[in-house]
Amino acid sequence: MKILVPVKRVADFNVKIRVRSDGSGVDLGNIKMSMNPFDEIAVEEALRIKEAGHAKEIVIVSIGTSEVAETIRGGLALGADRGLLIKTEQKLEPLAIAKLLKAVAEIEKPTLIILGKQAIDDDCNQTGQMLAALLGWGQGTFASKVEIGAETIAVTREVDGGRETIELTLPAVVTTDLRLNEPRYATLPNIIKAKKKPIDEKDAADFGIDPSPRLKILKTFEPPARRSGVRLSSAAELVSRLRDEARVI
Amino acid sequence: MATLLLADIQNARLGEATAKALSAASALGEKVHVLVAGHDVASVAEAAARLSGVDKVLLADHALYAHRLAEPAAALIVQLAPAYGTIVAAATSAGKNILPRVAASLDVMQISEVTKIHAPNVFERPIYAGNAIEMVESTDAIKVLTVRTAAFPPAGEGAPAPIEEVLVAADQGLSRFMDEMLTHSDRPEVGAARIVVSGGRALQSAENFSALIEPLAKTLGAGIGASRAAVDAGYAPNDWQIGQTGKVVAPDLYIAIGISGAIQHLAGMKDSKVIVAINKDEDAPIFKVADYGLVGDLFAIVPALTDELAKLGDKGRQA
Repeated sequence: MKILVPVKRVADFNVKIRVRSDGSGVDLGNIKMSMNPFDEIAVEEALRIKEAGHAKEIVIVSIGTSEVAETIRGGLALGADRGLLIKTEQKLEPLAIAKLLKAVAEIEKPTLIILGKQAIDDDCNQTGQMLAALLGWGQGTFASKVEIGAETIAVTREVDGGRETIELTLPAVVTTDLRLNEPRYATLPNIIKAKKKPIDEKDAADFGIDPSPRLKILKTFEPPARRSGVRLSSAAELVSRLRDEARVI
Repeated sequence: MATLLLADIQNARLGEATAKALSAASALGEKVHVLVAGHDVASVAEAAARLSGVDKVLLADHALYAHRLAEPAAALIVQLAPAYGTIVAAATSAGKNILPRVAASLDVMQISEVTKIHAPNVFERPIYAGNAIEMVESTDAIKVLTVRTAAFPPAGEGAPAPIEEVLVAADQGLSRFMDEMLTHSDRPEVGAARIVVSGGRALQSAENFSALIEPLAKTLGAGIGASRAAVDAGYAPNDWQIGQTGKVVAPDLYIAIGISGAIQHLAGMKDSKVIVAINKDEDAPIFKVADYGLVGDLFAIVPALTDELAKLGDKGRQA
């Protein structure tokens, strides 16, 4: 089977982002960009499924400017077979992304689509579920374990009360949670090999999808900062402060 | 047009998240209908009907909805959607799973984790782990939103609303429930607890985590949380994780023990009213958000704190 792994290029998780003071958004100039960490977990899981003999090909797809090719190349260096870049200069919402990915899925015909449960920039947690809905496929979100069967996939999900396991008919969409696996690092030989792997480029405009945003961003601002507190010297002092000053116990 | 609120069901009971999401739904200014979809959930529907501000409860009681599978739940909501202007769910694991599927089926863009409602179509939501807040205006005909329960107070109780049964949507057969491994704890659920005690990697083992965190939480009547590092290391179950991609809480008192305070963790607790940090590293970022900090060995401080609190007993403690 073929696995499609959609990935997003985001501000690195270690970067402390700056909010522009005029309210127009987050300043992403000159900062380190990386593959969304949940998508790295998705790439890793696809590799493990292939290494276990369940899949023949892994295709990485990403949507954005030409810089996104670097993120795709990162996935190829980990072991994916080929890449697909859907070019657009526009910042797209999860709904438009899901529509483009649906079009890609109709061309590529993967048996499994695996992607991160959320991107750490917009924190939306929507794309996988939306894609599953548009394709009419089952969805296994927040996965901490997957097992491939003959025509099904068993997905163990992290949920509010603990974990649950569901079985989906393939093809299906799986979104990854933190504890699904620990992604590997790219080795030097694989980085060199990845340079020869193909990345096909397409223009988002050619898919006939209306990309207009549905949400108007009125402003972006920093949350109120917390005042720094006091250092105490003992548990007894803490108890008396919590009781008499903060009045929370 | 009325607002449809999807009830959150936990262990065959109405989850506290529903009462909080109801406050957000009511703020939209329209009548609120609560959808209870589950199996053998008549008592859940009755509990929902007693919440103040509910105009009507819609009950879909069928085996198909027993385990909150996204596909049948979304199909049911989509079937009901034409009668509503806004569809709301708490941003619980079930709400986050189901609602984007609904939004895409309706061809609308969901607004995730709403923390403030300015107008029926203008909302605030955090991005970048809460390091920025976005104010957005929805241009869609139907609004679909998940709300961050920590940002809204729970609705109270009132005169019971009528309960109406709704038709079950057809099963598409895409998914089946296999089994579940629920975490058993006699502590209150973190999202609902007035006090939360959280442990981090500095506890060094699952045994230490339970030996130190649990007695303190019990003494305080607190819920228990954990950092991602503690969960990854196996000291605490996954559903205790507090943070950007785990649970987001805002209790009256949050006690962070042996947690350094990565921005991903702060995203899940920095709106707590009072924050206490106990950590041996005086430069740990958690101290930047803490109202009260204790620098030192948690293995000495935490038992001492539990003892001091136990000494207070009932006499010094407020309800």
